[in-house]
Amino acid sequence: MTYIAKPKVHHPSLKKNALGLTRRDYEGAITTLCAGCGHDSITAAIVQAFWELDIAPHTVAKLSGIGCSSKTPAYFLKEAHGFNSVHGRMPAIATGAGCANQTLTMIGVSGDGDSLSIGLGQLCHAIRRNVNMLYVLENNGVYGLTKGQFSASADPGSMSKKGEANTMDAIDSVLLALTLGATFVARSFSGDKAQLVPLIKAGLAHKGFAFIDVISPCVTFNDHEGSTKSYAYTREHQVEVVQADFVPMRDEITAEQTPGAAKSVMMHDGSWVTFRSVAENYDATNRDAAYNYIRERQKEHEVLTGLLYISADSRDMAEQNELIPGPLTNLPFETLCPGSAELDKLMARFR
Amino acid sequence: MDRVNDFAFKIATANGTGSASANGLIMQAIFRMGIPVTGKNVFPSNIQGLPTWYEIRVNKHGYTARTPHFDLMVALNAATYAKDVAEVRAGGWLLFDSSWPLDEKLKRPDVTYLGVPLAELCNGAFKGVRERILMKNIAYAGALAALLGIDTEVIRQLTQEKFAKKPALLASNDTAIALGYNYAKDHFQCPLPIHLERMDETKDKILIDGNTAAGLGCVYGGATVGAWYPITPSTSMMEGFKGFCQKYRVDKETKKHRYAIIQAEDELAAVGMVIGASWAGARAFTPTSGPGISLMNEFIGLAYYSEVPAVIFDVQRTGPSTGMPTRTQQGDLMLCAYASHGDTRHICIYPADPKEAFEFAAKSFDIAERFQTPVFVLTDLDIGMNDWMVPKLTWDDSYRPDRGKVLSAEELEAAKSFYRYLDIDGDGVPQRSLPGVHPKGAYFTRGSGHNKFGAYTEDSDEYQEVLDRVNRKIQNAARALPAPVIRKTPGAKMGLVTVGGCHAACMEALDLLAKDGIHLDYMRVRGFPFSDEVRQFLAEHDTNFVVEQNRDAQLRSLLMLDTGTPLTKLESVRYYAGFPMSAHHVISGVKAKLEKAA
Ligand SMILES: Cc1ncc(C[n+]2csc(CCOP(=O)(O)OP(=O)(O)O)c2C)c(N)n1
Ligand code: SF4
Ligand SMILES: [Mg+2]
Repeated sequence: MTYIAKPKVHHPSLKKNALGLTRRDYEGAITTLCAGCGHDSITAAIVQAFWELDIAPHTVAKLSGIGCSSKTPAYFLKEAHGFNSVHGRMPAIATGAGCANQTLTMIGVSGDGDSLSIGLGQLCHAIRRNVNMLYVLENNGVYGLTKGQFSASADPGSMSKKGEANTMDAIDSVLLALTLGATFVARSFSGDKAQLVPLIKAGLAHKGFAFIDVISPCVTFNDHEGSTKSYAYTREHQVEVVQADFVPMRDEITAEQTPGAAKSVMMHDGSWVTFRSVAENYDATNRDAAYNYIRERQKEHEVLTGLLYISADSRDMAEQNELIPGPLTNLPFETLCPGSAELDKLMARFR
Repeated sequence: MDRVNDFAFKIATANGTGSASANGLIMQAIFRMGIPVTGKNVFPSNIQGLPTWYEIRVNKHGYTARTPHFDLMVALNAATYAKDVAEVRAGGWLLFDSSWPLDEKLKRPDVTYLGVPLAELCNGAFKGVRERILMKNIAYAGALAALLGIDTEVIRQLTQEKFAKKPALLASNDTAIALGYNYAKDHFQCPLPIHLERMDETKDKILIDGNTAAGLGCVYGGATVGAWYPITPSTSMMEGFKGFCQKYRVDKETKKHRYAIIQAEDELAAVGMVIGASWAGARAFTPTSGPGISLMNEFIGLAYYSEVPAVIFDVQRTGPSTGMPTRTQQGDLMLCAYASHGDTRHICIYPADPKEAFEFAAKSFDIAERFQTPVFVLTDLDIGMNDWMVPKLTWDDSYRPDRGKVLSAEELEAAKSFYRYLDIDGDGVPQRSLPGVHPKGAYFTRGSGHNKFGAYTEDSDEYQEVLDRVNRKIQNAARALPAPVIRKTPGAKMGLVTVGGCHAACMEALDLLAKDGIHLDYMRVRGFPFSDEVRQFLAEHDTNFVVEQNRDAQLRSLLMLDTGTPLTKLESVRYYAGFPMSAHHVISGVKAKLEKAA
């Protein structure tokens, strides 16, 4: 694999956002993933969402672990700092970066191997701490980069390409996140951009840990008949339970945007996430009910997607730690170092 | 023979009984009398009920190393009587609780027994069970005050300071001290031939442990993010940092914090948080001990190769594995120097005492940011957890942090281009940018192969070019690290080389060896990679005794590997059984080598 810089060609006809940037400005290097890989579609949705939100790319930190999925931050937002860390440990990088500079918009991209096996502990603790970030788990049921071994998200009975059945229960990231107290939990499908883009936008606006599990088929190792993470299987079993939309701060919520029995939750920046239950009686603000419903439907082999849970009163890590507003990185040294006179006074304590 | 201000005693109790505060009181009182003193806490890896000892050495010459020769034993733990009795030097004293008779088998003819019925005295004076146990320990402090001639006025002052806000406790403490004191006065010839007389040798000094000092150093150095996972003997460092942050870093009006402390889920995460925070531009650190370093290895390699600053404190304890968590050692010298897979070499700095722990802690952030790499600050349990008498800490207000080659938004705006790993200045240190500052500063940080422009590569030449530059960078750092402490002795032909906390034992040993006609030049290394001065010192001496606290002569190996000095010039002197090194370990080690050579 080599690094290929994309030629920067601007068409005057390309639509610009409020910052005067086109979608191109939110792209990165050319992907080196397999043609048709679900991860690339997620990258496209990420590009779209950031562009639509008018986020200046350089204010973003894009982080990842190791895996095909974790390579993708190279493929979007070339003007953002990227950190491709070590396998399963991106949450620690995010936690540290979030402490250092809470004004960064952080997006983390991970895989099911990265998040649910080697990095399971770190994911759990990032959720617990409610690190302010969007965490995208690109879920294909296998380790793509090491050539197709089952991951912990593989469903029991799902067949490997070589014809072996997985015998163990899956770790379901969405149920896990709900159990751990995640304040924003969604599931989507790489093939459903219409659903994914607003979810990403809502996740970015959420103050706290926004978790999106995206079923993202691996065309090379897990897209065959008998796999429960293939395009065909997902298309057939996907059931959208909640339709979410993201309404930026400057727009009024109008009746048109919230048809039916819609609910909305205001984000910390004044924007709104509105959502409408497709499934009858599904309440995306009720953690226990959401958990039970998802579990019930899973027994029927349904892959529930949409904004599955959102908490209106999320206190993120910076808030819990009572950090002063703004970054800790450029505080004047005088406000950090107590100085010689204070040290001299302090010495009395040690006599 | 009167041994005024030159003796050692040891107090044997069970942990969790409040003896720590009595021991601290005794030590502090001696210090306030102007007499040089050090204390070593020998404690179990346990919370309550197991044997614990506190060793206090008083030395008018200012020798502060541990001595294993005890003139007086305060034996208050029946479980360890036999061992404690055996440890008293011939002609010494043993104080015990005579509320119960002492087994005849424990009597030694060459030791004077001082029975004080501590339990009986306290049972008479105090009511609750817990209070009786606690006060029994304070009562022996009173008895020692009489026997050793500790100024009662100083003790009173100390208890008043300590219990200023708790008058009930103050009264109990005073009562307990008086009980012990009066009993000793009434029953023994006070003071003993080993006793104290006021001096004036401590007025510019303090008693402080290295973890507290290092935590304070992090505050002074401007660290804003600390991540950790508790592990003995490093835990009190983060507690220290937190305490000082609460004092100095909480906004007066808003009560908001100018610091973040994250208790991580493990050391792996802790160092990842440090790397993430440093990458984003904060000064960040993690305190740990050997097992934590073992876990951090993968991340350390990432920070080394992707050139992210990180400060890691290793308060060493005995290994391998869990080892003896409450005993000291210098067993991680090699581990830290070459942590992680692949070709790595890390900057290490080695404080010898709490004062240097403070100074090096503050300095470590400059080094890490200047060279964009992990920096290890290696202390040990003895430095970290014991109270050392050191000169007062001082601070130069003209100090400004060296953030290294971090480009500002203006610099990035003005720059024609920015490439993260380009060696523009020829010193091996590239320019750095922080996230969120400027679009031109964007680059991709990765632990996978990258070329000097920061792009992914699998090209051999491109890969090697960066790897070699990083090596040059680390080598260049050698002269920016704390210089070795060198003491030359006229006529000396051989050298004694050591590191870290062995310093005190070596200084004492050098004086004693000189009395026997053995004169040695001295060098204490304080930074790795080693500078030319270190190389030169070794070259100047045909024999260099390398003194350290680990089994495998790790310092000796490092010296050989990093300076090319042949092993034949490096004679190893080691002690690694878990206690702080004593002068006699150095002396007997050196003499044994000399005899063998003769
Ligand atoms: C410590 C460590 N162990 C093993 C590997 C090898 N490895 C690289 S990627 C990967 C699995 C990635 O799977 P996943 O996170 O699901 O990503 P995908 O490729 O499927 O997108 C493994 C095991 C590694 N890089 N580091
Ligand atoms: S191996 Fe699978 S996951 Fe990796 S790039 Fe190819 S399709 Fe995507
Ligand atoms: Mg995968």
